Amino acid sequence: MTDSVAGISGMIIEKLLANPKVPRDIDGNSKIVEDLAFDSLAVMNFVMEIEDELDVSVPLDKLADIRTINDLAACLHTLKAAHA
Amino acid sequence: MTDIFAKHQGLREAYEGLTTASPRNPFEVVIERPISASVGIIEGRETLLFGTNNYLGLSQSKKAIEAAVETAETMGVGTTGSRIANGTFGLHRKLEAKLAEFFRRKHCMVFSTGYQANLGTISALVNKDDILLLDADSHASIYDGAKLSGAQVIRFRHNDPVDLEKRLARLKDHTGAKLIIAEGIYSMTGNVAPLDKFVDIKTRHGAYLMADEAHSFGVLGAHGRGVAEMQGCEDGIDFVVGTFSKSLGTVGGYCVTDHDGVDLMRLCSRPYMFTASLPPEIIAATMAALEDMQARPELRTKLQENAARLHAGLQKVGLKTGEHVSPVVAVTLETVDQAVGFWNALLENGVYVNLSLPPATPDNRPLLRCSVMAAHSPEEIDRAVAVFGEVAKHFGL
Repeated sequence: MTDSVAGISGMIIEKLLANPKVPRDIDGNSKIVEDLAFDSLAVMNFVMEIEDELDVSVPLDKLADIRTINDLAACLHTLKAAHA
Repeated sequence: MTDIFAKHQGLREAYEGLTTASPRNPFEVVIERPISASVGIIEGRETLLFGTNNYLGLSQSKKAIEAAVETAETMGVGTTGSRIANGTFGLHRKLEAKLAEFFRRKHCMVFSTGYQANLGTISALVNKDDILLLDADSHASIYDGAKLSGAQVIRFRHNDPVDLEKRLARLKDHTGAKLIIAEGIYSMTGNVAPLDKFVDIKTRHGAYLMADEAHSFGVLGAHGRGVAEMQGCEDGIDFVVGTFSKSLGTVGGYCVTDHDGVDLMRLCSRPYMFTASLPPEIIAATMAALEDMQARPELRTKLQENAARLHAGLQKVGLKTGEHVSPVVAVTLETVDQAVGFWNALLENGVYVNLSLPPATPDNRPLLRCSVMAAHSPEEIDRAVAVFGEVAKHFGL
């Protein structure tokens, strides 16, 4: 399930929806800061959870370029491929 | 023309929301003047100071005051230059030698502030080919130093050796240097880091370890060398960074180490080079405060007793504090409105503490952050606890 960008994106959405404060209508194109109302600390803490799920570490500078859930999924996919 | 301040709109809304709801602006408290280490005049009233970081009360040290006055009279009030140009006086070298001796290290560099000590040390030690592993709850100066360095930054879960080891294991093929950074006592919560466990891990994984003992210098350990001394793991810490603006009561920062490579840091650490050095009277006061601290180990004993008294007292009146008994005792509340109301009521009843709000706090919860001093009397602590209890009751907590 987490071998493709789409699979990782789906997993991220599932994790996000476990938080009742997150809007129900999110998809891969949802913007993490604007649509989910996450501040910088919330983003970093959420990414930590995903890192554990995929057994990769995302350097903080990579987060600067990430706006949507799909961007995050693509970044994680690249990092995971590099570790494989 | 694009409004240059448009980017601050979100901040403005949050700020106005907060200050409208509060009878006074929590970011503009003025201590009109301190009367002693533990009492100051705020809004014309004598107020108990429980949020100053002045752990040993040495901001009011007679010896430090005398040293500052004498030095200002004989050397003037500033150096007007960088440490690598005209800003190194004999006193700067003397303080570095004293600190190196105190920490039993070969080298010491003194910086103009504690913030710059982190910025200057981190940015000189690592670059884009290296990896920094930071405790998730690290101070802003550590995050800013990391940014200035250009190194890749990986966060590990707060005070969690297992999580750190997991992240290091993922980096086994990384060829650059790896530097782990943790704080001795965390400034917001008072939590104490398991530095001894981090030493085991860094040794196994070929990493360096830097400890920021800003809040534990002079406070923990038999001689006041901090958490590393208390946990018996000083030999495993590569770099110790800290500040003079807490236990020594002045201003400035330091980095001590046994690594000889640190000498070149003086020529590549921009926050060290491109700023004026500390004024001579501050250096003299800092040295005198260090001597005072060494001569009076009873201050540390008193501080621990006071920390335990405040921690137990706040728990007894039903407030939620951290588990670690340290001179930082933080009461955790649930909402910002509740914290703002509580903080105002404390001040109106003669007790000043720090109001700490998310995102500067862990877990997105507001804190009423207290810091205890050796200079507090048991009666002052009991009075503060009683006020906390009354206000908590008033707010139905």
